[in-house]
Amino acid sequence: MKKKIAIKCLKAAFIGLVLLLLYAPILLLAVYSFSSTNTIGTSGSFSFAHYKKLFGDPVILTMIGNTLLLALLAAILSTILGTTGALGMYYLKRRQKAFLNGVSQIPVVNAEIVTALALAIAFVSVGISKSYFTLLIGHMVICTPFVVLSVLPKLKQMDNSLYEAALDLGANPAKALFRVVLPQIIPGVVSGFMLAVTLSLDDYIVTSYTKPAGFDTISTYVFNATMKGNAHTAETLASFWALTTLIFVIILAVVLVANFSGRRKKEAKK
Amino acid sequence: MKLRFSRKTLCIPYAVFLLFFVIAPMLVIVFYAFTDKNNHVSFTNFLQFFSDPMKLSTIVYSVVIALITTVICLLIAYPVACILARSKMKRKHIILLLFVTPMWINFVLRVNAIRELINWIGLLGETNYANTVFGMVYDFLPFMILPLYTTISKIDNSLYEASADLGANAATTFFRVTLPLSFSGIISGITMVFLPSMTNYVVSDMLGNSKITIIGKFIETYFGTDWHMGSMIALILLLVVLVTSVLTGGFKSEESVRGANL
Repeated sequence: MKKKIAIKCLKAAFIGLVLLLLYAPILLLAVYSFSSTNTIGTSGSFSFAHYKKLFGDPVILTMIGNTLLLALLAAILSTILGTTGALGMYYLKRRQKAFLNGVSQIPVVNAEIVTALALAIAFVSVGISKSYFTLLIGHMVICTPFVVLSVLPKLKQMDNSLYEAALDLGANPAKALFRVVLPQIIPGVVSGFMLAVTLSLDDYIVTSYTKPAGFDTISTYVFNATMKGNAHTAETLASFWALTTLIFVIILAVVLVANFSGRRKKEAKK
Repeated sequence: MKLRFSRKTLCIPYAVFLLFFVIAPMLVIVFYAFTDKNNHVSFTNFLQFFSDPMKLSTIVYSVVIALITTVICLLIAYPVACILARSKMKRKHIILLLFVTPMWINFVLRVNAIRELINWIGLLGETNYANTVFGMVYDFLPFMILPLYTTISKIDNSLYEASADLGANAATTFFRVTLPLSFSGIISGITMVFLPSMTNYVVSDMLGNSKITIIGKFIETYFGTDWHMGSMIALILLLVVLVTSVLTGGFKSEESVRGANL
């Protein structure tokens, strides 16, 4: 009995230790984001200076806006392209389907640097200079296959006879697709959209290879600021602490709300 | 003849998109890899790649970093996944979520947070190799935990009971039941950690003080100087990835992708 309790404690301690390691960097930044110092480890008083800098610097605000707008645009376009793609693919003959699915998975398994390099070289080779368009294409290349991957399983679970029934009852194919098929796969479409948003928000490598000069997302801006530091002040670097903390709090809130509302729904069903 | 609407035609836009932005760029890479500066067909890039000790040692170095990262990830993730999957706790779902949540913070900001932590401890620029491995383990750990958790929690509980009834102790049960049945999870976890640890140069640049060259960085440096050699390395990497993904049965574990379905 005593041994069992000891093992239980050991397990909990291990999980706790790994979690502590995972959250240590974020907590460190969160604590110092509320201080007046620009160097972690030196003492400072409680202050909102880093948050003021974050919301007061037009360059930083622009790059945050760029990131969000790009993610939204890329996710919407990828979701439309990926959902129609998955639908069409599902009804293809087996070999055509396997071929299209195989090609679609290339960007998923491929190293991001290879995708990025191939796109950049291809654009230059045909004389397309880098612009918002090439950036959007780059993000769609990494997002759309994941939308397809999350819609296809829902199509496989779908009841095919409902579509046939809709046609028998006089609906045309387009209407049957919209009114009968789409509602059945909507959970896959939604999770594909969410996945596309997070992939786009997260991306650095493809962005840096396809973006036009002078355009920055959070990823490229922070990378350049920390790695090619001369043009950036200590205040800018410290404002990233506030940004990290803010993003972390938003994510935590979304995760918890989604989790608890999901749980309540499940319990209500019971 | 009137074009009839068919459900299959819906995939045409996506097929065209893939043709232009996935297949065509890959063909461009193949073209550059097998040509020289005058656009004549040549195998010099290929031969040079396999005969230059400097290039080969970079590759080996990168593979070693990726191997160490993968092994550490596996050693941490397996117990975590095992404990969580077999625990009878009601709220274990939330603890699993806690492991995935940091992954949704912007990647570069996350690496920057580790950089600040390492800088605070005073090791930035000192232990580049260890810093890079630490950062990679930190960033790719959830990719290992998720597939392992999924496969271990699918193991039927009655198998453990049967094993215990037949006289096996905990260690025997682990090696004869849990480990073999979670093999597919181990494979998909390894593939999801190993490749980014060889190629994601954001981590090695920001934490290794730009002193660590992994394959991804290697390709990047050639982008500025020699597209032909860069394309050749990218092509070799692509072939290795495709062969591995065919051997491991393709990419099927969509539930393990970034915890989208949690």
